[in-house]
Amino acid sequence: MNMALSEQIVIPQGNAELRLARTWAQPRGFWGWFMNVHHTAIGVRFMVTSFIFFLLGGVLAAMMRLQLSRPENGVLGPDLYNQVFTVHGSTMIFLFAVPMMFQGFGVYLVPLICGTRNIAFPRLNAFSYYLYVVGGLLLWVGLLLKTGADAGWFSYVPLSGPEFTPGKRSDFWAQMITFTEVSALGVAICIATTILRQRAPGMTLNRMPIILWEKLVISMAVIFAMPAVMVVSSMLLMDRTINTQFFNPSVGGDVLLYQHLFWFFGHPEVYIIFLPGTAIVSTLVPVFTRRHIFGYIPIVTSVVATAFLGFGVWVHHMFATGLPQMSESFFTAASLMIVVPTAVQFYCWLATIWHGRLQLKLPMLWVFGFFFVFLIGGLSGVMLASVPVDWQVHDTFFVVAHFHYVLIGGALFPMFGGLYFWIPKITGRMMNDFLGKLHFWLFFIGFNVTFFTMHFLGLRGMPRRVYTYTPEMHWGGLNMLASGGALIMVAGVIVFLVNFFQSRATGRLAGPNPWAAGSLEWAVPSPPPHYNFLELPTVNGREAVWDALPNQPIVTGVRDDIPEVLVTNSLDSEPQHKDELPGPSIWPFLTSIAVSIAFIWSIFSSWGIAYGAIPVVITLIGWLWPRGHSPAPRLETRMEGTWTR
Amino acid sequence: MRGYIPLSILLASALVLAGCKREERELRPSPPASEVVNETQVSGLNPGANPLPTPPTPAMYEESAYAVSEGKRLFNQYNCSGCHANGGGGIGPPLMDNYWVYGSQPQNIFTTIVEGRPNGMPSFRNRIPQYQVWEIAAYVRSMSGLLPKDVAPSRSDQLYVRPPEQSMPKQTPVGVTGEPQK
Amino acid sequence: MNPIPPISGLGSAVALFLAQFTGEHNSLHPAGPQASDIEWLYWVIFWIIFVAFILMITGFARAAARNRTQAAEMLPIMSDPEGDRRATWAVSSAVAITVLTLFAVLFMSVITGKKVEGRTSTNPITIQITGHQWWWEVQYPSPQADQTITTANEIHIPVGRPVVILTSSADVIHSFWAPSVNGKRDLLPGYSSAFWIQIDKPGTYPGRCAEFCGLQHAHMGFSIIAEDDNTFKQWEQQQLKPAADPADPEAAHGKQVFATHACIMCHTIRGTDAGSRMGPDLTHLGSRQMIAAETLPNTRGALAGWIIDPQRIKPGNHMAPNLLEPDDLQALITYLQTLQ
Repeated sequence: MNMALSEQIVIPQGNAELRLARTWAQPRGFWGWFMNVHHTAIGVRFMVTSFIFFLLGGVLAAMMRLQLSRPENGVLGPDLYNQVFTVHGSTMIFLFAVPMMFQGFGVYLVPLICGTRNIAFPRLNAFSYYLYVVGGLLLWVGLLLKTGADAGWFSYVPLSGPEFTPGKRSDFWAQMITFTEVSALGVAICIATTILRQRAPGMTLNRMPIILWEKLVISMAVIFAMPAVMVVSSMLLMDRTINTQFFNPSVGGDVLLYQHLFWFFGHPEVYIIFLPGTAIVSTLVPVFTRRHIFGYIPIVTSVVATAFLGFGVWVHHMFATGLPQMSESFFTAASLMIVVPTAVQFYCWLATIWHGRLQLKLPMLWVFGFFFVFLIGGLSGVMLASVPVDWQVHDTFFVVAHFHYVLIGGALFPMFGGLYFWIPKITGRMMNDFLGKLHFWLFFIGFNVTFFTMHFLGLRGMPRRVYTYTPEMHWGGLNMLASGGALIMVAGVIVFLVNFFQSRATGRLAGPNPWAAGSLEWAVPSPPPHYNFLELPTVNGREAVWDALPNQPIVTGVRDDIPEVLVTNSLDSEPQHKDELPGPSIWPFLTSIAVSIAFIWSIFSSWGIAYGAIPVVITLIGWLWPRGHSPAPRLETRMEGTWTR
Repeated sequence: MRGYIPLSILLASALVLAGCKREERELRPSPPASEVVNETQVSGLNPGANPLPTPPTPAMYEESAYAVSEGKRLFNQYNCSGCHANGGGGIGPPLMDNYWVYGSQPQNIFTTIVEGRPNGMPSFRNRIPQYQVWEIAAYVRSMSGLLPKDVAPSRSDQLYVRPPEQSMPKQTPVGVTGEPQK
Repeated sequence: MNPIPPISGLGSAVALFLAQFTGEHNSLHPAGPQASDIEWLYWVIFWIIFVAFILMITGFARAAARNRTQAAEMLPIMSDPEGDRRATWAVSSAVAITVLTLFAVLFMSVITGKKVEGRTSTNPITIQITGHQWWWEVQYPSPQADQTITTANEIHIPVGRPVVILTSSADVIHSFWAPSVNGKRDLLPGYSSAFWIQIDKPGTYPGRCAEFCGLQHAHMGFSIIAEDDNTFKQWEQQQLKPAADPADPEAAHGKQVFATHACIMCHTIRGTDAGSRMGPDLTHLGSRQMIAAETLPNTRGALAGWIIDPQRIKPGNHMAPNLLEPDDLQALITYLQTLQ
């Protein structure tokens, strides 16, 4: 009963399969790589690229730990150290965490879980990927050319402004922000549209897997939060290049304006990184406790509430600026309130495990790591929400410890869990269990040694972002300990890489559903073919595979000679019409190059935007050139078999 | 990932051409550069040639945005603006125009600062280390658009009294243009 | 060299380890009412979250141990309405307890905030702190200009008396933080703000800049020296005086060196021609314990190293190297040390 759908689908069906394969084929070869618009390819690229940035950011972290391991150490000078910690923070947030947790997992998984054949707006999706790569390269090539941003990942004015950061360092940073945030916005639109209009029939809002809920909510959060940071980074760029005065206090500009705008984005950003982590946990927990998740509705409500409240707590990054007491109390209350939805999710997971039959496989081990680590981070967050305690620990290593517990706990542990869970789907091969466990324990122990120590350093008065400290402060021992822990973490990540490459080469074949999991991506072969589903599925419950009827109907009538998908309505996912998705194209890549030229040129001359617009327009014309034929909008779909809702 | 290679080569070469000397930050100047200029001047007369054996301009000061911005800071810190205002002139001549009384080359400006000039320009001999004089000289040149735009400073966090140096159109120096006179 | 006996080696290792947790630069070693109020709140919240942590971790550990199966194959899916029903009760009550606890935290936090910020005093001392890249200008303002004390990096206050700190910044954002005294407060260009401190125990309490402010953010320290009323009055009187003319010839030569080299371009010594406000006021440099924003002790050797090559000690700071002749340097240091 449980596996009905997947069994039904993997049976090869001759001609239909061939036609679909031909229709959805993606071009090969050098230029073919740039023309590919399929969501699995783009999703994997997002994952691989952001993982490379994770490794690079990790190298910078190791350099910082080396520098701080002893007092008055001389490995990195102040100029280099400032660039290193700025690029580390910017890389991990903008080039790793969001692209991996939101874009990577989202682009790869959402169409599969929705039961459709490609993401909505596939060319916009590909375009977003190229822009993201250019943004990342901009930051990193800058670092290698001594133009690494050096005013912190937050780049507060006036330090990052025209007077105190001469040269082009902050401009590179500001344009990197624009690149990566345009990319996130593009993907958010693709994902939200896919979820709202391309779900399989029967997957009503009330039956949407939690991970889809979360991707939908995060897409909305991205659409509201990212413009704030793009505005503020553009204002910074304009202050620096065309002499606007947004942040010049002498003529009525305001340095706090920058902080408000930045954190209006910056705090939702934390949840944009963390909620995908909880979504992975909510996906993995039922699979490895062999029951439906407890509290579907409270968890979904919590996800929505977290994203909503996340927009109301930004001022807790600014408690030390001397705000009126009333507003401080308000934002303390809001920051404490946001604990509640997260607590609800924790209780629901706990209840699910309590009443389930736990099978502690490798991905689930990482989920338990997440419980431990994120709990510490979340609870120390309660301290930071309290204004007086925040006055003491703000901008110290206590905060460094806190947010690494939150972000590594809330994103990296679920991410590794998710990778061990989904890599068999992506590559078709299982990961090695022993190496995975070794990776977990090395990473878990190293992480806690490194970052728990930092709580003490913060309370002992060590501020953040210092390139060195004097021996008289007696911070040396704890710092040495923290640096030792970092080495263990590095070893853990190396084990993961070994495991990954070994699995790719010689791993055991996974089959379509190695974990006997419930969502639709497990109903297709591993790795999925480019048409994803041979027969478009319908859904009978929250866990499509588990709840499928023995004679679960399939969708027929969607043409297989053009790349056509079924469009359903937002609430009930009733079939409405069909739409032909655009196929492979070089234009998204060319457009991204044109846009990059305009943006990068604008760093050096404001005319860059004007002249750079010309190639952008040309490539957009190419992109939007009408296709030769228009698809029939008539709905001729019908379900075979009984169809229950 | 094949795609990255051409892309990164393209970007990297573009940026290298833009010049990474611009971002050079010499935080700890070499001992000769940090020496104050100390030779005693025997006479106030400058018979034709430059009075000081001027060392070749270290081009690094004119190519480094950091050095020029240091020059800008020092220009205010050492109260050059007391006489030259913000470049518009007052007690002293304006510095943002194209007219140069004693030459527009960095060496000329260096000499002007170290030696002083008749009619009021004091000598800062003994007071300002060489490297800072070069930084100020580079900044003074940026005031009339003689430095590349990506090196010249942007606006300051002060009252808006003049267009920032990076927005100054490049001017053609007139007057003594600075070729050492033979 | 004597070999270190293992036992004392161990002892010193333990001492070194314990030193990591003590010291005056410590949020949990309060020296005044503001810091101790915050410390109280810290420990209250700490115990609350500690209990919460233990409960949750125990819960997860028990849940994991309860029905764990070692089966290699994935088990079939079960349905468990009875479990769901019981979990609904447990989860609802846990959420209720969480909300109540958070309300308690909010209440205590607001009360403590009011206590720390909302002090009144009829006769406080007012100190104006201005952040510079990378040192602190300290002024004791007075309606009469000649009664205003200006110094740098060392703040003297009398024990047990409330002090108002007024903040401002000359360039970028800095943050004033002496962890044993009070929480931190940002120094924002274009804004000024005020907060209270008070120290009840004589001593020297170090502080640092806590907001990233550029190349030498790491070396931007200050210290607050709390002393009894009489000592403070004496210090105040001493600081109001201009610098005395040096008596011995070497110091007189040093004064000459100061006036004829780069020093005079940036520093003030009241009572001499030196009057530039770009660097710290040096009128009473000899009375300070540290130099270079609490980076080096105020000794002959450190002064010499600092004057000759400040860019080696704090790369990027705004003081230029001074390649003085040895005699000139010695004389200059002698002179600076006479500035008590």
